[in-house]
Amino acid sequence: MSRNILSPLVRMEGITKTFAGFVANSQIDFDVKNGEVHSLLGENGAGKTTLMNILSGLYIQDEGNIWIHDELREFRSPRDAILSGIGMVHQHFMLVPSMTVWENMVLGLKDLPSILPKKEIIGQMESLSSRYGLHVEPEARIWQLSIGEQQRVSILKVLFRKAELLILDEPTAVLTPQEADNLFKTVHQMKAEGHGIVFISHKLNEVTALSDRVTILRKGKRIGTVNTSDTTQENLAEMMVGKRVSFNITKRPQKPGKISMEIRDLSVNNDRGLPAVRDLCLQLREGEILGIAGIAGNGQQELCEAMVGLRKVEAGEMYINQIRIQKADPKSMISQGVRYIPADRKGTGLVPNMNVQENSILKNYWQKPVSRGITIDWNVVYKLASSIVRKFNVDTPSLSTPVRNLSGGNLQKLMLGRELSDEPPVIIAVHPTWGLDVAATGFVRDTILNERDKGASILLVSEDLDELVAMSDRLAVMHKGRFMGITDEPETLSREALGLMMAGIAHEDILQRDEGKGS
Amino acid sequence: MDILIPILAAAVRSGTPILYATLGEILTEKSGVLNLGLEGIMLMGAFTGFAVSMYTGNPWIAIAASFLVGMIITSIHGFLCITMGANQVVSGLALTMAGTGASSLLGRNFIGETITGLGKMHLPFLSEIPFIGPILFDHDPLVYISYFLVLFMCFFLSFTKSGLSLRAVGDSPRSADSVGISVVRTRYFYTLIGGGIVAIGGAYMSVAYTKMWGDLMTAGRGWIAVALVIFAIWHPMRAAFGAYLFGGVEAFQLRLQAAGTTIPTPLLMMLPYILTITVLLVISIREGKGLIFEAPSSLGQPFYREERE
Repeated sequence: MSRNILSPLVRMEGITKTFAGFVANSQIDFDVKNGEVHSLLGENGAGKTTLMNILSGLYIQDEGNIWIHDELREFRSPRDAILSGIGMVHQHFMLVPSMTVWENMVLGLKDLPSILPKKEIIGQMESLSSRYGLHVEPEARIWQLSIGEQQRVSILKVLFRKAELLILDEPTAVLTPQEADNLFKTVHQMKAEGHGIVFISHKLNEVTALSDRVTILRKGKRIGTVNTSDTTQENLAEMMVGKRVSFNITKRPQKPGKISMEIRDLSVNNDRGLPAVRDLCLQLREGEILGIAGIAGNGQQELCEAMVGLRKVEAGEMYINQIRIQKADPKSMISQGVRYIPADRKGTGLVPNMNVQENSILKNYWQKPVSRGITIDWNVVYKLASSIVRKFNVDTPSLSTPVRNLSGGNLQKLMLGRELSDEPPVIIAVHPTWGLDVAATGFVRDTILNERDKGASILLVSEDLDELVAMSDRLAVMHKGRFMGITDEPETLSREALGLMMAGIAHEDILQRDEGKGS
Repeated sequence: MDILIPILAAAVRSGTPILYATLGEILTEKSGVLNLGLEGIMLMGAFTGFAVSMYTGNPWIAIAASFLVGMIITSIHGFLCITMGANQVVSGLALTMAGTGASSLLGRNFIGETITGLGKMHLPFLSEIPFIGPILFDHDPLVYISYFLVLFMCFFLSFTKSGLSLRAVGDSPRSADSVGISVVRTRYFYTLIGGGIVAIGGAYMSVAYTKMWGDLMTAGRGWIAVALVIFAIWHPMRAAFGAYLFGGVEAFQLRLQAAGTTIPTPLLMMLPYILTITVLLVISIREGKGLIFEAPSSLGQPFYREERE
């Protein structure tokens, strides 16, 4: 890097950004030097991504200034930021799914001939790949790649644009532990070559392992910036969360009951019509939580959708209380007592434009006492909705407030209230605590554990491995539509073993390998 | 053979207006904008072409004028849908109704008038090729331009920098924006160019094909083009196939009518529409998804950079 190394690569001062009255960033200062990894730490909604979207020109700040090597810059579009040497690897990758890897590499570059020189582009790309250990097939189309591969393409794309500063937004959220290790090697290589790197994360161990400095954000404000060597994980956690909160998940001993739902040799396709779940068998017993770990997109979503009747079963059978389900459609699954907490709260779970009362009867509007023939008894609905709001602490201005105005935590509480108020025998919960604050997360976990203690059979899909291990009575790891292993003692499973299973290595093979090492 | 050649040559001629409209709409839709105003734009193009041709006597000025008028009308749609984020279906339907009405109103005094229009241009050597020559290379220049346009668009979408940007804007505007491609500018550009090409399709009807002006003379060809775009899976080559298929059945049924068949005329006139849709429907169901040329994912959706997910 030829420019003055002593001046910070990037300096942001007094950055403020509001969205329709919501303050996402308030008076934030932030800087990165060449050859440094500077982490942005904070909970979901702390404003980390907003700040970096401003730095990459996607959002324009309301107040504040950005300097690149002590030169004041105004970014009016992503192009301005790219020309200043800033490249961002977004959490939701900015890749065009229908295009090939090399096409994505050059998308938007102005200094190329009109007819694209494919060979040269691929040559340049491959020399970058080998330098940074980012191997990927140039002719493959993005939709064919795994999430880890797509991330490599995204990083390559930024490097291809000769970015001096790389912003990595929650890069490890979608990776196996082994893939994350490879990513860290790449980051070290980039750092050694003088790049500045911003690492956005809410995982303390990664932040301390990887970064030179850490800036902590909370609710849109900068809490502080510390040198990693001068601090501890506990310290960082406290700055991140504010007050010391411990969420020890207390789980009462299990009283395993009879099998309430069973799946035999189930095969389900994804939206593209390709196999997503392959010959899968599972049993849900009364009073237990079966956790399913796995990298997103390995069939968890499709499995859950099939179990609640939202997705067509290609082959295999489902049983509830030993009786085979002939017709798996949502209505019949609901009446068999299967309840669903979908990941997509505002899409599948609730109707954003309908109010709290209307949303609370979506699953029983046709049944007595809510239904009176062709009309709805709104008095009954009112009582039902107010009892849900009371029991599940839903913070809403009124029962006639459209649910689009509720926060994520309250949406989730409302949905839990609707799904769980009649003590259902089977519950399918997908990412139930995703994006929730600490208090709401605790509430959701307690509620689910409570249902377990009351005898419900629960299938829990989550990307939070700590949550899964702590809550599950049994834990299965899913990879490419199959279980790589299933254990009765989740606590005894090592992180490494979990990671290998998530990467597609069967549990028995891992056990065998470990024995081999021992002897 | 001797019967086949004139029918196939007529197929090319009567398919050409639809081909232009389909190609224009493919460009527009590739950028993520749905324009249902084709019928209206074609009619305005047909009227403009006829009127300018009559006053200037120069068909090329007429075609250029149609292209311009097409762009001007489409700019209304562009402003509403791209800048204002309006519902693209409603805006497109409004454009069709406005264009249809305006062309009828303006064209009242031109009914029954005649023009010289665009004549045939024999291509040396190419038109001498047996069978193929008289079918493909014995037409007016606009037909040849449409061949070129088909090939050029295939090349443009697959191999050029601008084609890549266009596809990215239609498929993933957020990604395109993040690498510095202006989604708004790209959408305006291809929506307007597309609209101009659609209008040439209309102008072909009056200036080259019939050399007269008739009220509502496009007779639903704009709508056929909208459907063709989908069944052609946004592929210019397949659009040409669909357009000529329509043209072929059209030419065939006209001959049947002339030969004095007992089949009722309205039924014959329905034939090209029904057959084109049926054939393309069957093909597109069987082949499933293409890759480069499949439906742009953002079709019909406005784009706002700072919208939070």
